[in-house]
Amino acid sequence: MTFKQMFTSSVGKKLVMGFTGIFLILFLIVHAGLNATIWANDGGLMFNKAAHFMGSNAVPRILEIGLFLGIFLHIYQGYLLTIENRSKRAVGYAVNYSNGSKWYSRSMAILGTLILLFLIAHIYHFWTPSRLGGIGSVKALGEVEHNGVILHNLYAEMDLVFTNPYIVVLYVLACGSLGYHLAHGFQSAFKTIGVHNKKYHAMLSSLGYGFSIFIPLLFALMPISFYFDWIK
Amino acid sequence: MSHTTMNLNLKVWRQKNTKTAGAFEMYRVENISDEMSFLEMMDILNEQLITTGGEPVAFDHDCREGICGMCSMYINGKPHGPWQANTTCQLHMRAFKDNDTIVIEPWRANAFPVIKDLTVDRSAFDRIIQAGGYVSVNTGNAVDGNSLPIEKAKADEAFAAAMCIGCGACVAACKNSSAMLFLSAKVSHLALLPQGDPERKTRVTNMVAQLDKEGFGACTNTGACEAACPKEISIANIARLNKEYIVAGLTSE
Amino acid sequence: MKEKYGNLFDMYAKITGENPYEVPMRIYPAVHYTMGGLWVDYELQTTVPGLYALGEANFSDHGANRLGASALMQGLADGYFVIPYTLGNNLADEIYNAPIPTSHPAFEAAEKAVAERIATLKNINGKQTVESFHKRLGKIIWNECGMSRTAAGLKQAIADVQALKKEFWSDVRIPGEINEYNPELDKANRVADFIELGELMCVDALAREESCGGHFREEYQTPEGEALRDDKNFMYVAAWELKNDHEWTLHKEELKYEVIQPSQRNYK
Ligand SMILES: Cc1cc2nc3c(=O)[nH]c(=O)nc-3n(C[C@H](O)[C@H](O)[C@H](O)COP(=O)(O)OP(=O)(O)OC[C@H]3O[C@@H](n4cnc5c(N)ncnc54)[C@H](O)[C@@H]3O)c2cc1C
Ligand code: HEM
Ligand code: SF4
Ligand code: FES
Repeated sequence: MTFKQMFTSSVGKKLVMGFTGIFLILFLIVHAGLNATIWANDGGLMFNKAAHFMGSNAVPRILEIGLFLGIFLHIYQGYLLTIENRSKRAVGYAVNYSNGSKWYSRSMAILGTLILLFLIAHIYHFWTPSRLGGIGSVKALGEVEHNGVILHNLYAEMDLVFTNPYIVVLYVLACGSLGYHLAHGFQSAFKTIGVHNKKYHAMLSSLGYGFSIFIPLLFALMPISFYFDWIK
Repeated sequence: MSHTTMNLNLKVWRQKNTKTAGAFEMYRVENISDEMSFLEMMDILNEQLITTGGEPVAFDHDCREGICGMCSMYINGKPHGPWQANTTCQLHMRAFKDNDTIVIEPWRANAFPVIKDLTVDRSAFDRIIQAGGYVSVNTGNAVDGNSLPIEKAKADEAFAAAMCIGCGACVAACKNSSAMLFLSAKVSHLALLPQGDPERKTRVTNMVAQLDKEGFGACTNTGACEAACPKEISIANIARLNKEYIVAGLTSE
Repeated sequence: MKEKYGNLFDMYAKITGENPYEVPMRIYPAVHYTMGGLWVDYELQTTVPGLYALGEANFSDHGANRLGASALMQGLADGYFVIPYTLGNNLADEIYNAPIPTSHPAFEAAEKAVAERIATLKNINGKQTVESFHKRLGKIIWNECGMSRTAAGLKQAIADVQALKKEFWSDVRIPGEINEYNPELDKANRVADFIELGELMCVDALAREESCGGHFREEYQTPEGEALRDDKNFMYVAAWELKNDHEWTLHKEELKYEVIQPSQRNYK
C-alpha cells in the first residue's frame, strides 16, 4: 500500500477526516482556553495580551497556517465524502431507515455547513481585523498600550460585535451545531483512527459527550456574557 | 397458545430486471396465520399470483433458519424487518396486525443492483472475500488442532465476528451504502486468530481495495449497520479494521 | 445454558413466540438427515470418468447416522486427505489431451438434453404450482419414508410418488421466461429431481428388509423396540442404477469389517 492509497481509499478518506477532526478538537481547546480570559474581569487586558501573543509570536502563527490547512482539508474532504457517499445509492427507499442511528450522525455535512457559515462570519468579525493590520472597527476602537507593547483592542471589538442580537443568536446557534457535530465526531474520529479497545472507546465516548457539551457551551457563553453585560 | 389470522396489504417493489425501472404494486393476502414466517406469507402471495395468471415475486431465500444470509427484504423501512437481531426468514407474522400495510423493498445500493423484484446481486461480497477473506493452507495434511492455543476471550471475539452471514443488511441500512461492517467482520475474524496473522497486511489492503472497486460508500460510523445486523456484529470491528489498515499502510513495503 | 444453546433458544422463541427459558419447550422427533449420495470409488470418482464427488454429495463415509460433526468431517477428509492425492491419477492421463471444446458431440448432446427438458417443463403450462408439488411430495416421504417405515406404506408411497410424477409432468405451471432470471423454473427443475430421488428412497427402503442406522422398518425390531439388523442378507451398500423411468437396478457392494465389528446401537 502506498501512502497515497492509504489516504485516498474509502478508509483513507476517513483517516483524513479523523485526523483533521482531532486536530480541530485540539484547536478548540486552545481557542476556548484563551477566550475564557475574557472572564478575568480586568477590562480585557489579559485577553488582549493573549490575542497579541497568538498574533505576533512565530509559533502560533505557523500553527495557524496548519490550522487553516486542517480546516480546509477537513471541509474539502468532508464535502467530497458526503457527495461520494450520497452517489452510492441511485434509487432511494420509499421508507427511510432512521431509527438505527442518531440524526446528528447522519447530518454531519449540514452541521458542518452551519459551522462553516459561522466560521466565515467569525473570521470576518475577528480574524481579519486583527491579523490584517487592524482594519475596520478595530482601527476605530484604537489600540491599547500595555508595558510598552501596542495591542489591538480585540476585547472592545468583541464587546462591539456582540451588541447586535442577531450576531449573538448566530453564534449561539453555531455553537449548537458544533455541539452536535462533536457529539458524533469526537468518538467517531477515534473509531476512525482505529481505537477498538472497548475500555478506551467507552472512556473516549463519555469524554466526547462531555466535550461536545462543555466546549460549545463555553463558547456560547462568550457572546451572551457580552450581550448581557455580565463582564466588565 | 392463541392463534390468530390477519389480512394484510402488501406494497411490493416489482422490477423485471436490472435494466428496466421498477415500481410498487399493491397486493392483498388473507387469512395469514400469526405463526407463519414472513417468507411463508410471501410464498402464499406467490401461490396466489401464479394461480391467477400473474408473475410471482422473486426474492432470495435458502436455509430459512437465519444462518445462510440469503433472505434480504427491506420491510417497513428496516432491513430484515422490525425485529432486532433477526433475519427476514426468522421474522414471524405476529410482528404485524390485521389490516397492516407492509412496504417491502429490495436492498438498495449501486453495488447491489436489482436482478428482479426483491432479489439483488450481492456477488460484490464474494469478490471482496476472494480478495483476502481466507487463510492459505496446504491440503494433504492438517496440523493438530491443539497445537495453536487460542485464548478463550479471543476465540469468542473471533467467533462473534465470524457470525456474519454476509446478508448485506448493513449496506442496506447505511446512508452511505457502506459495506464496512461486513468487511470489518471478515477482517476481524481472521485478524484475531493466529491462523490469520501471516496474511493480515495483504488481506486488509486487498479487501479494502476490492471494496472500493465495487462501489460501496465510506463509513461515517453512524451505527445504523450495527442496529440492523441480524448477527449483531459490533461496530467496534470497524475500528479494528481501521487499525489493521493503518498498521498495514505504515509498515508495508 | 445461554452460552451453549443461546442461538437455538432465540430461534425457538422467534418461531413459537414463547420464551424457552420460562415455558417448557415443545419438542417432537423428526428426521435429522438422510444418508446416501452419488456412488464413488475409493478415489472419489463417480461412474462418469473424470467426475469426482466430494463431501455430502457422495455416499461414502457415515455411520449409523450423521451425528457429531461427521458430515463436516467428511467434507474435510475428502478435501484435505483424499482428493489431493487421487485427482492426480486422472490428470496424469489427461495431460496429453487437448482442451475439450464445447463443440464436442457429448457436450452438444448434454446441452440439448437440458434445453429440451427445460422447454418441456415450461411448455406444460398447467394449473398447479411447483411449490404445491414440492409440498405433496414432502408429505408422502415424511409419512411413509421418514422416521419409521413399513413395507405396505412404502409400496403405497412408491405408487403415490409415481402418480405425482405423472401429474407434475402434465400439470405444472411455470410462469416467466426461460431466458431470464426465473426462480420458479429453477425450483421446478429441482422438484423434478426430488420426485425421482423420493421414489428411489422408497424403493431402497422397501428393498432393505432390516432396520439399520437411520432406516427403521417397523417389521424388524427387537422385542424392546430397538433396530434389528440382518447382517447375513444385508451387509452391503445398495448402489442403484437408473436405467429407464422407474427402472432401478441394484448393485450390491459388500461391506467387510476387518478391525471394528458392527454392533447394536444402545441408547440405554
Ligand atoms: C441445518 C444444517 C445443520 C448441519 N449441522 C451440522 C453439524 O452440526 N455437524 C456436521 O458435521 N454437519 C452438519 N450439517 C451437514 C454439513 O453441514 C454438510 O454435510 C456439509 O456442509 C456439506 O459440505 P459439502 O461441501 O459437501 O457441500 P455443500 O456445502 O452443500 O456445498 C455444495 C456447493 O456446491 C454448489 N453447487 C450446487 N450446485 C452447483 C452447480 N450446478 N454448479 C456449481 N456449484 C454448485 C453449492 O452452491 C454449494 O456451494 C448440517 C447441515 C444442515 C443443512
Ligand atoms: C471547528 C470545526 C470542526 C470540528 C472541530 C470538526 C470535528 C470533526 C470531527 C472530530 C469529525 C469526526 C471525524 C471522523 O469521524 O473520523 C468530523 C467529521 C466530519 N466533519 Fe467536521 N469538524 C469541524 C468543522 C467541519 C466543517 C466546517 C465541515 C463542513 C463540511 C465539517 C464536515 C464534516 C464531515 C462531513 C464529517 C464526516 C462525518 C463522519 O465521518 O463522521 N466539519 N468533524
Ligand atoms: S455484518 Fe451483519 S448485516 Fe452485514 S453482512 Fe454481516 S451479518 Fe449481514
Ligand atoms: S434464508 Fe437463510 S438466513 Fe434467511
